[in-house]
Amino acid sequence: MSVPRSIQPPTVVIVEDETQIARFVALALEGEGMVSHAAGSVRDGLIAVGTRQPDLVILDLGLPDGDGVTLISELRAFSDVPVLVLSARSQEGDKVAALDAGADDYLTKPFGVAELMARVRVLLRRHARQDADSRDGRITIGNVEVDLVAREVQRGGEALHLTPIEYRLLSVLIRHAGKVLTHRQLLLEVWGPAYVEHSHYLRIYMGHLRQKLETDPAQPRHLLTETGVGYRLVL
Amino acid sequence: MPSDQRPDPDLLLAELQADEARAQRGHLKIFFGANAGVGKTYAMLTQARAQAAQGVDVVAGLVETHGRAETQAMLDGLSVLPRRAMPHQGRTLFEFDLDAALARAPGLLLVDELAHSNVAGSRHPKRWQDIDELLAAGIDVYTTVNVQHLESLNDVVGQLTGVRVRETVPDHVFDAADDVVLVDLPPDELLGRLAEGKVYLAEAASRAREYFFRKSNLIALRELALRRTAERVDAERRASGVVTTEGRVMVVLAPMAQPDRLVRHAARLAGRFKTGWFAVLVESPLLARDAAMQARLFAALKFAGSLGAETATLPGRDVAATLVAYASEHDVGTVIVGASPRRWRPGLAERLLALAPGIAVQTVRVAAAPARWLPRFGRRSGGVLAAIAGCAVSSALLVPLATLLALPNVVMLYLVSVLLVSIRFGRIAGATSALLSVAAFDFFFVPPRLSFNVSDTQYLLTFVVMLGVALTISQLSARLRFQADAATRRERRTAALYELSQALSAALTHEQVVDIALAQLAPRIDADVGLALPSRDEVLSHVGGGPVDLAVADWVFRHGQPAGRGTGTLPAAPAYYLPLAAPVRVRGVLALTPRGDWQPGPEHERFLSTCAAQIALALERVHFVEVAQEALVSMQGEQLRNNLLSTISHDLRTPLTVLHGLASTLVAQPALGEIPQSLAAQLVDETARMNELVANLLDMARLQSGEVRLRRDWQSVEEVVGGTVRAMGGRLSAHALKVDLPAGLPLVEFDAVLIERVLVNLLDNAAKYTPPGSTITLGASAPPGSLLLTVADDGPGLPSGQEESLFAKFSRGAAEGNTGGVGLGLALCRAIVHAHGGTIAAANAGGAVFTVRLPRRPPPTLPDPFQNDPPPEPV
Repeated sequence: MSVPRSIQPPTVVIVEDETQIARFVALALEGEGMVSHAAGSVRDGLIAVGTRQPDLVILDLGLPDGDGVTLISELRAFSDVPVLVLSARSQEGDKVAALDAGADDYLTKPFGVAELMARVRVLLRRHARQDADSRDGRITIGNVEVDLVAREVQRGGEALHLTPIEYRLLSVLIRHAGKVLTHRQLLLEVWGPAYVEHSHYLRIYMGHLRQKLETDPAQPRHLLTETGVGYRLVL
Repeated sequence: MPSDQRPDPDLLLAELQADEARAQRGHLKIFFGANAGVGKTYAMLTQARAQAAQGVDVVAGLVETHGRAETQAMLDGLSVLPRRAMPHQGRTLFEFDLDAALARAPGLLLVDELAHSNVAGSRHPKRWQDIDELLAAGIDVYTTVNVQHLESLNDVVGQLTGVRVRETVPDHVFDAADDVVLVDLPPDELLGRLAEGKVYLAEAASRAREYFFRKSNLIALRELALRRTAERVDAERRASGVVTTEGRVMVVLAPMAQPDRLVRHAARLAGRFKTGWFAVLVESPLLARDAAMQARLFAALKFAGSLGAETATLPGRDVAATLVAYASEHDVGTVIVGASPRRWRPGLAERLLALAPGIAVQTVRVAAAPARWLPRFGRRSGGVLAAIAGCAVSSALLVPLATLLALPNVVMLYLVSVLLVSIRFGRIAGATSALLSVAAFDFFFVPPRLSFNVSDTQYLLTFVVMLGVALTISQLSARLRFQADAATRRERRTAALYELSQALSAALTHEQVVDIALAQLAPRIDADVGLALPSRDEVLSHVGGGPVDLAVADWVFRHGQPAGRGTGTLPAAPAYYLPLAAPVRVRGVLALTPRGDWQPGPEHERFLSTCAAQIALALERVHFVEVAQEALVSMQGEQLRNNLLSTISHDLRTPLTVLHGLASTLVAQPALGEIPQSLAAQLVDETARMNELVANLLDMARLQSGEVRLRRDWQSVEEVVGGTVRAMGGRLSAHALKVDLPAGLPLVEFDAVLIERVLVNLLDNAAKYTPPGSTITLGASAPPGSLLLTVADDGPGLPSGQEESLFAKFSRGAAEGNTGGVGLGLALCRAIVHAHGGTIAAANAGGAVFTVRLPRRPPPTLPDPFQNDPPPEPV
């Protein structure tokens, strides 16, 4: 089953009650040769995901018969398909809830086709790569090279000193590269469940990491801040 | 663990042996005082005389009378041991003759000044050693000592008074004494005696007086003496295994001349024992009839309350039994009663002791209350007239029937009239009626009739018995009536409280509580009832009923204590003010302006404070109901507002999203041709701008709707600046952006999303109002206590004089012109910054400079494990 998947065009389920939005998203996807299926409610969305075995789910958070976040939680019970959430700005709380529930990324409305497709490609690639890439164990972030097996970090060919916490933070980000990680998720993975409210730890250590990894820490290119939501590592 | 308390047999044996030795040894009694002049020697002589009177062979071994006549007089009749002349430094001193005393071997020897040092050449250097020898010889000894002479207290006394005495007695001598009698005199009285020259002072009197006889010293010494005695008694009690009620102090207020003195005494005692104390008043029929005494006792009770006592008025016929019940309920160990010199029946103290042997009863001598045997005629005349009338009526009814009725039946009928009169008019009327009935019976019925003469002496017995029975009936029925009255009064109060709480429990608003309280209280109290309640901002206002002086009420409200008439605070106020104290806080003030000379007594006060508590509880309940309702309403309001805003947001954004998406789809279609594609691109830009506008409008609406919930969190300025630059996207492509952040900016607490909006708007503004190619600088700094964010450009600057009005809604820098934007951006910035408690200002400095100042407090520190994050394993 896994071999033909890479040959077959990727399948995307769009869960969006606004048909106009669903339509242009579908247009954009099909323009790239993907197959899309639209669903207009939480119920239909779940059925579509269950029956179509999609490679990606694009989900609007405001649906007529319920909250998109509940759909994610239910979906995560049986599938690890990547989920891209569509939401309005000023709904950071909803985005965080969706990401904590298991969404992979979000896109703020309104968005352009180019933005959409960039995210879609990243998610599809990340998903496909998950098995293959992590065995290699070598990741390149700008001019920084991380050897996950040897636990070595080099910048411009020179060894870079990271403290254990910094290294743990970086490795968590690498493991989820391209995905938005909420503050809560990062604190939980790096510091443990007792520290999920201590977001200032995260800010301080993220600052340290940027100082060490970024060329211009004030305008980072890899360790990106998703204001009000979390962080994302862009390789 | 009872087993731990079982006596050790060896110990018991040792004690038995010690007891035997003690039995052969003489007994030592120490008269212990705080100071010279308290009357130790006098007390010793008094007791010695009592012993002598009982036939004990008492000899005064050495008694220092200091030439005082009173003391000298006490020595009369006692045999005095001659002193022994001792040569000392060329002088002759007359000292206690130990050998003579031992040879004389009296039953009881008096030796003053236990702490005395003997003259060199004596058998023992110290007198206590002499006494030890006397005791060993089986001679009982009485001696005296002052607290400052006790070894262990010597330097405490020295520190306290600045005077160190050299003559000391080891504590074991004091502790081994069989008896210690504390001779106590209040410092004031001692000073009085001193002033009268009744105290002998060895040193130069004036100097000693100045240094030693200061009142503070005397108080301290007295406390030391009392405490030392208490310790001894304590040790004794533990040793003897006697368990007494280690308890609190209760003072009994009964009719007496100066109840306040007794109260003060009790307060002192309680202070010394460091325990709580009670002042109680037993309501009796006797007291109920003497309004002046009642008022005085109520005042004393209140005084006791002000000194910290728990006060109570106890109902009860049997005063002693009532007191004992109360005492045992409240763990009272010491009862203080006033004793006046009297008379034929046992005093209260004796009755208390008889009922509760475990309780210590202290009697304090007080002057008796001025007796009031004869009631004022005016008040009682109604009853007496009724007695006369009753007697006349029964006589008038009985006389015509004289021939028909046997004399015993006439007696019975007279007794009925006595009974009726006493029930209706009380004891005095009853007694009058009894006397009159006997007289009438004699006059009208006993032969010879219509004369007071009696033919048969048998009738004298009849008279006596009849009078006795009539008086008893009048007493008993009057007492019954009093009890019934008291019960009715209590019953009425309980019923009133019950009704009040019933009525209040139905109240749903403050107004209802006020109305109910006034309606319920007013008819039950002979006073105008007024109520003052606080407004939301804690200002009291008069809400109903009689007059309220808000100044007094405010004091009561702030302090939670009653004030005004009849209290210690602002007593000149015409009304009595009571706080409405609920469990959480004081909820208001009740003002009672008496009509006539009404004065709230303790029983009344308790009733009132219970009422006040009920009202306060009702107010509190209503308050919380209102708070809950308000919270619900505001929650619902907020919910509604949020729903509305997100609906608008959704409805506005959906077409924008579609527009933006479709336009961008067109842009990505190269087959479309260049012109349509650029049109599509323009469509995309305009949609983005439209979106920005909608975003600002919605944010403004949110902020304006009040209660913006800032999601404050510790933020890194670099991150927010980075996020801002990213959010600006291509909008700054025509300008040069310089980000100027010093290294090591601290974390600052703010809502990152909103502050990012501020920076985006400021950058957007700068981009809009400066020509392409201008440099825009985004900077930050953190002076103590604040964070400064600046957006500066090198453009044409702001129209001068308009720096402030820029921030008004819908204002724009250039009044006319085609630069887009509605001027909502800066207004939004200001709203956000103000919500953070910060300021935003605009100025011209080689271009426009916008400065945001946010308050800053020290960031949280990282706990050590993270601060000292160790380096990773060597690579």
